[in-house]
Amino acid sequence: MTRVHDMGGRYGDGPVTPIPDEPLFLEPWHRKAMALTLAAGALGEWSIDAARFTREALAPKDYASFSYYEKWIAALADLLAARGLVTREELAGGAIAEAPLQDKALKGGDVAGALSRGSPSLRLGPDPRFRPGDRVRARLPAHNTLVEGGHTRLPAYAAGHVGVVVQSHGAHVFPDSNAHFLGEAPQPLYGVAFDATDLWGWSERAGDEVMIDLWESYLEPVA
Amino acid sequence: MPHDHHHDHDHALLPPDPALRVRALETILTRKGLVDPAAIDEILDTYENKVGPQNGARVVARAWRDPAFLQALRDDTTAVLADMGLIGRQGEHVVVVENAPEVHNVVVCTLCSCYPWPLLGIPPTWYKSDAYRARVVREPRAVLADFGLTLPEEQKVRVWDSTAEIRYLVLPMRPEGSEGLSEDELMQWVTRDSMIGTGLPQRPGGGA
Repeated sequence: MTRVHDMGGRYGDGPVTPIPDEPLFLEPWHRKAMALTLAAGALGEWSIDAARFTREALAPKDYASFSYYEKWIAALADLLAARGLVTREELAGGAIAEAPLQDKALKGGDVAGALSRGSPSLRLGPDPRFRPGDRVRARLPAHNTLVEGGHTRLPAYAAGHVGVVVQSHGAHVFPDSNAHFLGEAPQPLYGVAFDATDLWGWSERAGDEVMIDLWESYLEPVA
Repeated sequence: MPHDHHHDHDHALLPPDPALRVRALETILTRKGLVDPAAIDEILDTYENKVGPQNGARVVARAWRDPAFLQALRDDTTAVLADMGLIGRQGEHVVVVENAPEVHNVVVCTLCSCYPWPLLGIPPTWYKSDAYRARVVREPRAVLADFGLTLPEEQKVRVWDSTAEIRYLVLPMRPEGSEGLSEDELMQWVTRDSMIGTGLPQRPGGGA
């Protein structure tokens, strides 16, 4: 079963409304929410996969009502508590166990290097089983096979559908494992093309396509 | 790791108002020595003053002018961008997708809000909205109409759903009237939305 974040194809959301000349941050606290999340992420206590899972594991009513940076801040608090970096008492406004700047904290002078390094997900891993041109079926249902209700990057709208491999991206960290601190478990990643009419039972124009990056264990061969 | 509740959602212990919530977390993290205030300033300076759509626009303008650069970009995008200092957080692996008379490319992340930060900066609100994430995979042409963009019927749409750590940069077609311009001049034609696929390059200063 899927979670609230997995919304590709959903009906009922209404128009997309760009804000003309939108400022970089709509509220002053958005600046701090972004920077705090990046700085705390640099502690190395969780991966991007774990951070994404924590955001999508918000209660559906929170996920739907929170703005983007509210989701970030809620997930940051949840991650800090889950990793034992802050206590529930501290979050609740109790006394803070003060400490000098820790070694693992990202220092001002190290920011440029850390941001330009990022966190590449390419790894040495198994050789790809599929090649460009191969027909593959995305697993049905879309779910994490390691952890019930866990993180997965197979969108529900693609599950069960047949696509064509168009690109082999090499082996990448497997989010379904890494999000739950179960290891990086790299596996081959592919760009797969799906026909829009096949995905939706309808399309705006015959031949339109949706391209999705999918890990090898999400896919099975189609003769 | 439990599936769902990290201790009944610890974030609910913080004040409900988001501005107060952020301030409380900042205080806790700073006093505990987990976050360096100088790093906060440096991160904000990076995305407010250094990294933004002008980075992607330079790549597009150079690709329009220099066939050898375009070919290198096709062969190994990430290597070329690394040489330009345009690889990094949320843009570690990049693929350029080229628009052509037969195909128009649009980028989304239906599962969260993945976006090529080193090339385009921080994503705009609409890119992160439920409406964009939900709709653009199913009815891209209707969504493009929300942006005032109508594609010719002969141009097929490819929507790229960024489900992994591969980030996509749309290379729009070079517009008529931009012949003979320098790289810096051409950059002014390259809009942020044209590199996501929800817009086309625009003559600077408006007008067609």
